[in-house]
Amino acid sequence: MIVSHEWLRGFVPHERTAAEVGEALSRHCVTLDGVEALRDDLAPFVVGLVVEAARHPDSDRLSVTKVDDGSGELLDVVCGAPNVTAGRKYPFARTGTTMPDGLLIAKRKIRGATSNGMLCSARELGLGQEHDGIYTLDTDAPPGTPLLDVLPVGDVRLDLDVLPNRPDLLSHLGVAREVSALLDVPLRMPPELPALPSADDVAASVSGATEATADGVTVQLVDTAACPRYIGVVIRGVQVGPSPEWLVERLRAVGARSINNVVDATNYVLHGLGQPVHAFDLDMLAGRRIVVRPTVEGESLVTLDGVERTIAAGTTVICDGERPTALAGVMGGEASEVHDATTNLLLEVAWFDPKFVRGVRRAVQLNTDASYRFERGVDAGFTGKAAGHAAALIAAVAGGRITAVIDVGTTPTNAVPVRLRASRVARLLGAPVSNAEIVRTLSSIGCTLVPDGDEAWHVTAPTWRRDLGLEVDLIEEVARLIGFDALPNDVQPFRPGTVPDHPLHVASRRVREECLAFGLAETRPMPFVATASDESLRVRNPLADDEPYLRESLLTTLASRAEYNLSRMQGNVRLFEIGSAFVPTGDRLPREEVRVAALIMGACRPPHFTEPEPPAFDAWDAKALAESLAGAAFPGAVVHCVPAEGEALWHVLLDASPRPVGTVREVALDRPVWASVAFGVELVLGVMPSADVAPAGAHVHEAGVARPNSPWAAVRFAPLPAFPAASFDVALLVPTDMPAERVDRVLRASAGELLESLSLFDEFRGDGVPAGFRSLAWRLTFRHPERTLRDKEIEGRRAGLLKALDRELGVRPRTS
Amino acid sequence: MTLDEFLLACQRLADDAPARIAVAASPSEFAEVRTQLVGRKQGRLADLMAQLAALPPEARRDAGRAVNEVKSRIEALLDEREALVAAAARGAAAQDLTMPARRRWRGSLHPVTLVIDEIAEIFRELGFTIALGPEAETEFYNFTSLNFPADHPAMELHDTLYLGDDTLLRTHTSPVQVRTLQQYAPPVRILAPGNVYRRDFFDATHAPSFMQLEGLAVDEGISFVDLKATLSEFARRFYGGTRRVRFGPSYFPFVEPGAQMDVEVDLGDGKGTRWVEILGCGMVHPNVLEAAGLDSERYTGWAFGMGPARIAMSRHGIPDIRILYDSDVRFLEQFAR
Repeated sequence: MIVSHEWLRGFVPHERTAAEVGEALSRHCVTLDGVEALRDDLAPFVVGLVVEAARHPDSDRLSVTKVDDGSGELLDVVCGAPNVTAGRKYPFARTGTTMPDGLLIAKRKIRGATSNGMLCSARELGLGQEHDGIYTLDTDAPPGTPLLDVLPVGDVRLDLDVLPNRPDLLSHLGVAREVSALLDVPLRMPPELPALPSADDVAASVSGATEATADGVTVQLVDTAACPRYIGVVIRGVQVGPSPEWLVERLRAVGARSINNVVDATNYVLHGLGQPVHAFDLDMLAGRRIVVRPTVEGESLVTLDGVERTIAAGTTVICDGERPTALAGVMGGEASEVHDATTNLLLEVAWFDPKFVRGVRRAVQLNTDASYRFERGVDAGFTGKAAGHAAALIAAVAGGRITAVIDVGTTPTNAVPVRLRASRVARLLGAPVSNAEIVRTLSSIGCTLVPDGDEAWHVTAPTWRRDLGLEVDLIEEVARLIGFDALPNDVQPFRPGTVPDHPLHVASRRVREECLAFGLAETRPMPFVATASDESLRVRNPLADDEPYLRESLLTTLASRAEYNLSRMQGNVRLFEIGSAFVPTGDRLPREEVRVAALIMGACRPPHFTEPEPPAFDAWDAKALAESLAGAAFPGAVVHCVPAEGEALWHVLLDASPRPVGTVREVALDRPVWASVAFGVELVLGVMPSADVAPAGAHVHEAGVARPNSPWAAVRFAPLPAFPAASFDVALLVPTDMPAERVDRVLRASAGELLESLSLFDEFRGDGVPAGFRSLAWRLTFRHPERTLRDKEIEGRRAGLLKALDRELGVRPRTS
Repeated sequence: MTLDEFLLACQRLADDAPARIAVAASPSEFAEVRTQLVGRKQGRLADLMAQLAALPPEARRDAGRAVNEVKSRIEALLDEREALVAAAARGAAAQDLTMPARRRWRGSLHPVTLVIDEIAEIFRELGFTIALGPEAETEFYNFTSLNFPADHPAMELHDTLYLGDDTLLRTHTSPVQVRTLQQYAPPVRILAPGNVYRRDFFDATHAPSFMQLEGLAVDEGISFVDLKATLSEFARRFYGGTRRVRFGPSYFPFVEPGAQMDVEVDLGDGKGTRWVEILGCGMVHPNVLEAAGLDSERYTGWAFGMGPARIAMSRHGIPDIRILYDSDVRFLEQFAR
């Protein structure tokens, strides 16, 4: 909402600056987005003192002057004005200044004399038509002072961010009410607005519940739900023409273009008083009738903007005796538009139902100043006065006589009082507010308070504040008018909460640490993807059609991020993300799984002079990452990566569960030749519940919140060894199709309880290894807790192991 | 020069010296640094000595003491370091120990995560725990339960991405308020970080999906003073104690009174400090408490919401929000530990 400082002063004659008013509003009423002087284009101009003025040697008209512009250096300036006088001050444009008409002032030669800037006339500054000479400034300000400091010209705009709860602030009158309350200056109607027409001024005033006629004009309401009240004012004998300068100025100040005196007057009432008004050319209305009725299938209307619009059946439209002539609350029709030859008017001053106007506006996709206000709520108590002001203003600026006021229907008003308790004010705000202060603040914004005992009131809000329907609404008014900053700021004692950290947050934090330790960079890409399966979840109304689906896997987005990096010649990509994947279920909502995913490719370590080309990450790095992430996510669980078939390399299993919690895979990428293979890990940390009613939690605040056990709580101390270990290696010929894990199990089972560790440390194929076999070597370490193991014992175990391997698997040691 | 200015110059010299000394790797570099710092004829200490004479007589005693103190501190540092440098020079003949260390890849957190962590840490000190909720939501939790009037212009404050007739991608983290209050009895003090979605074009200042941070405190006797005091305390701890904070009116359907908190910050653009809106807040609307099944006469509460991405951008001078999503490793590694 753009508010003109001068227009506002018409309603509230205060002496504060626009900045001060803006500050007061932003502290107590509405967010101020900016304060803009309309003549900001004059900001670079300064006061220039002409120190010397002499005739130009080669010209009768020109003078050569020396100008002091406060820079400490006298400038040579050529001037063509007859009135330039030494010792006087004038508006001065330094070189580099852009004139209001767009001309850039540069240093130039005029008939051989150099000119470093320009002394300006009123017309050159856009301050009037005066061009007989330069503009003489009557000021004590020293040279170099900004011109705007000594010449208060032009209005100032306040840009207010009016939110949907305060439609009353969508007019100067509405903002003026607040300013009046904040500055304690009485509100009045601006002097430029003519007095309301008296009964004598109006030839005929009629009213009716659904229909009335006067001066040969009929207004009929068929749909009173959409349009509860419609006032038609007939004005005859107007002369359409240009508006007076003051009216043009008012509209220009809020960024509206002057059209003609009639339309401008209606716009004055819209921006000034908040009531949208439409003027029809009465002679263009068939049958001199206005009928507000439901639409008939297939009707259409050419609106003022020249667009033919089909009107959906089932809504309501404003018609003349024959056809639609206006989109109710949104825009008038072209056929009945006021034009130069119009002499008789019908003014429409109506109150439309907000939801109805919203429906029409959405149906025709046309947002206007009128629809914006009707949708949010126009003051239902002001319709009659607005009609009077509009008619009187038109008569004043365009001539004509008000011959009839046809007032049909009634406007709903919100006269239901709300009970306000002083105790509730104190309780909600945390500080007591005196009864006098409560009464003062609420009265200042137009509320009526009737005491109910000593500590409560019945408060009736004014008609323009339909938002004040609850006690808390009134408490907000008291608080903001006192000022939030006036309330105390001391931290109060509090009780600890009952809500434990969300388990998915706890798991995410642990997984995150693991990713950081591995050297991964966290990323937060957008969860939208371009392609998906038929079942994938699609956003119904995406802004761009290129990525309308919600991802089912985090690796999909990580892959596209890896490609982004590859296209920027970055081949070392180590990314991780913790975020949601949306798995379609056929239900209303998808199953939202919180997952961790990581993608690794490129050098597994930074290059060093000892290792200029470190090896690239491979599947074994990915497997290790999967194991450590799963270990961090599911503390205490036995993590097991089992080889997978198909696209994945491994499935990640927990304990004995057959359902994988994740996978390790090679990630298919659009990959240049220099880039290495990418590997990905993705694990499901848990499902985010999204039921229609949140499940009840444990209400345990009496006993304090029990935190989940630390992942390390189950660790038992193992006594540190006091005796040396003994170890040996076995190299075995294992058939290529026999999993190493099977051999591992047999080794572990037959090694006995003294086995401390078992590790597979070599795989070999080639010389000495028969075809269809590979050589696998394990190192076994044994230790007795209470004594040193003897060589014989070790030998015995080795023999036993080899026997067991031969017996159970047919596996024998490699001999060569 | 006044005494204060002189003392400040001494302090500055003392502050600068260790870094200058640390970079000198060879005996010749070391000698140069020694001259620059405490050389008898030229050098910064010599400059200070020269200015000592210009001070008013009554200031000279304090000034002299300060300058001598700085001198002995720097000389002690120099002596200590010189021994190390000399040893390094001797050892280098056998093995060049100035060659770089063998490093490993370092992990990094996203700058938005860093901001969330820091904020969460502060609120944890003030008794808040972390709550989460789904991103794919119902209209009930996202709008209806939060007192958004049906078919009202307030809905247009949120351009919504719909999944179905009454399902959507949440437009704010506020649905977590009602979900948590349904699940747990007051006192509730939670912080809910999460992704939210708006139907916005992806440009330099907007993204259709971004992080939000929600806070909620509900109990008997919670008041607007609690809101102000807690959020002011947060601002003090986050921005530093000297930053001014103010509260002005605002509107969100699910709070009343509704407010916004502005902090006077320096965005580092050379334009000095200015008021910047940091968060929206207010007292939980009674209709929201009732929708969550609480008696709004007995319980009151306050809530706030903020955008950590915007804070991350202004804190790190990131000019375009898209950089936060691109995942360029050269960007992410700037935040490596």
